[in-house]
Amino acid sequence: MTTLIIKTTTRYLTALILTFGAYIILHGHLTPGGGFQGGAVFASGLALLIVACESDVIRERFKKVPLSALESIGALGFLGTAALGFMGYTFFKNVIANSGFPLFGGRTPIGINPGYLNTGGTLSYMNIFVGTKVLAGLTSIILVFYLLLEVRKDE
Amino acid sequence: MNNVILVNLPFIVVALLLAVGFYTIGFKRNLIKVVIGIEILEGAVNLFLITLGYVKGAYAPIYTMAPKEAVNNMVLPTPQALTLTSIVIGVAVSALMLAFAVNIYEHYGTLDVTKVRRLKG
Amino acid sequence: MRKALGLFAFIGFTLFLLVAVVSLRPFGEPVHTEMDSYFIEHAQAEASANNVVTSIVFDYRGFDTLGEATVLFTAVAGVLMALRRREVKA
Repeated sequence: MTTLIIKTTTRYLTALILTFGAYIILHGHLTPGGGFQGGAVFASGLALLIVACESDVIRERFKKVPLSALESIGALGFLGTAALGFMGYTFFKNVIANSGFPLFGGRTPIGINPGYLNTGGTLSYMNIFVGTKVLAGLTSIILVFYLLLEVRKDE
Repeated sequence: MNNVILVNLPFIVVALLLAVGFYTIGFKRNLIKVVIGIEILEGAVNLFLITLGYVKGAYAPIYTMAPKEAVNNMVLPTPQALTLTSIVIGVAVSALMLAFAVNIYEHYGTLDVTKVRRLKG
Repeated sequence: MRKALGLFAFIGFTLFLLVAVVSLRPFGEPVHTEMDSYFIEHAQAEASANNVVTSIVFDYRGFDTLGEATVLFTAVAGVLMALRRREVKA
């Protein structure tokens, strides 16, 4: 099913697409994007990898990647970050925003500013967890449909 | 009359997409075409949600390196947040529908809607 | 005969949709914007984010995102269960 054009293009494009997806997930609180959009871009980069390689290479490469564990980590991390608000306030309260926490806890200047990565509070943690969950889920769906096609061709 | 059509053009596009979606669901016999009709319907609803929140001559609701006259002049951001949720749910429903279509083809041998109505044992 | 009746009903439905859509408010002039004005004004002070849409999705309306994550998880579990292959022990 793969041709020479697809193989040569994938060799150069896959790293760029995966990096772009990770950039969209990380900078969700500064530019348009966030967890869901970045996870979808990352999953389409992995789908390009699945289409361009041979069937047995895909089977033995993806046996080592724990996709269902990644999705569970994403869901539980999202719930755990939301439950941080129970320490004194309500559920889902942003307790790290504008405080002095070293990771994602800086202060945002009010008004138009060039955008600092250190801000965000629990928003940035939730972006990373939801991005992991979406990319694991969409890649699992595409992998299952692809393996179904290969089984059909063998019979 | 001409001005009404030209100003409300996004709403008219939404109505036409709804009509195309309902025609595809009701009058086509292949199961995959019915699934495509449902996806067209969901695209029309997402477009309607976004065009409800437009303010004439305003800018995107983002403060990073925005132009100077965009501070009090932003588009409504709430319909955009609701549309994000709707798109993800549409993807989930489409994946589930296609998985069931594969199972129907393996069980009945055909994808014709008029032939898969009988409940066999 | 039944197909002609169905086509007539469909054309009537399309005309009804077109008439309903041009009698909404004109495009680009929303009326009640108090909630969105509050979100735009206080998103940087309370949620510490430059992107107002992301602060609405994850901070002010976080319950909807929780429900959506659950729907995504259930759909992936349903697809993986519907396309299972039984291993033939030959």
